[in-house]
Amino acid sequence: MLNVLGPRFVFANVDPLQYSGSAWSPYIVGGLIGVLSMLTFYFSDKPLGASTAYARVAGMIGLQISSKHTRSLKYFKDNPPKVGWELMLVLAVIAGAFLAAWTGGELTGQFLPAMWQDRFGTDSHVLRALVAFTGGVLMAFGARMAGGCTSGHGISGTLQLAVGSWISAMCFFIGGIITAMLMYAT
Amino acid sequence: MATTMEPPTESESLPKSNSQMKVSPTKQLLLGVVFGVAFGFLLQKGGVAKFHVLIGQLLLIDFTVVKVMLSAVVVGSIGIHIMQRAGMVELHIKPTRYASNMIGGLLFGVGFALAAYCPGTGAAALGQGNFDAIAMIVGMVCGSYVFAELSGRIARHIDPIGARGKLTLQELLRMNATSVTLASAAVLVAVLTAIEILTTR
Repeated sequence: MLNVLGPRFVFANVDPLQYSGSAWSPYIVGGLIGVLSMLTFYFSDKPLGASTAYARVAGMIGLQISSKHTRSLKYFKDNPPKVGWELMLVLAVIAGAFLAAWTGGELTGQFLPAMWQDRFGTDSHVLRALVAFTGGVLMAFGARMAGGCTSGHGISGTLQLAVGSWISAMCFFIGGIITAMLMYAT
Repeated sequence: MATTMEPPTESESLPKSNSQMKVSPTKQLLLGVVFGVAFGFLLQKGGVAKFHVLIGQLLLIDFTVVKVMLSAVVVGSIGIHIMQRAGMVELHIKPTRYASNMIGGLLFGVGFALAAYCPGTGAAALGQGNFDAIAMIVGMVCGSYVFAELSGRIARHIDPIGARGKLTLQELLRMNATSVTLASAAVLVAVLTAIEILTTR
């Protein structure tokens, strides 16, 4: 198994290229996402973005647990938690991806992704849950601080040539590349 | 849908959208659903909801994620620039804050590698059947609240460092928007071409 595909680099005994790639050409998909963002600007007056939806949910839960405290926080004063376009978008992403995977015969239906399992073992459920949870915490915090995520800054912000979005998107990848190298390189 | 181009000399003034639609809240929610289904469908078909595709990108072995993102930016930047000049849409530029963009961006990046999903592709991964994305989603909700707890302090102490307002590339370069849009699209196409030639996937 070792080093069959990578002549110079050995990333333990996992090579991302040994698993399936994209069903459609990434250029076609990217182009269509570009068209989709034109449509969201035109019809909804909003850029595509995903991370805000999670903050809305956090605020709504916070209102249930401690309404007064949640209302006192600056972020929720500026961005009142409510069910809006952003939350509907992310909920519908789940449905859209289900349709795509179902029609393409790519439904996975498992907790451990194949490559994770090959790297960290078949009994690494707790580790995976902790790592994914921590990743979620850091992403949400980072996205709110930077002002957006891979879609809000990485696609919608960069396509408007916003300087802050280009800086943020590059930092997403710098932080991600270093961390992934530490986790998956031998 | 006539998109008559104005002479480039006037490109610096942002024309106010004259078709600024007042969409009813219900219609807006429905539009969110329609756009979300399309977005999720495309993310899954593009392979970016897959764990190994995301990690493969961060290990600089599989360039699917960058191909999807840069193609979207090439098409979207030209399309939205034309629509904005025709007064059909208004831009939504996020403020540039060097310190917060960089610190937040790096923290996001670390989380990105740990989760192997981002906020949008994580939702798509769940739809595809990757149940570990649920742990990421719970983490996202918690992390958002932690940020809100600190949002006052961050806004006072960190956001002002290097705050440049809604800065765009054309303002930074002091050039007209159409030239910068076309030039950056050309650069991104060159980058994509190089990736296509030099990499396996």
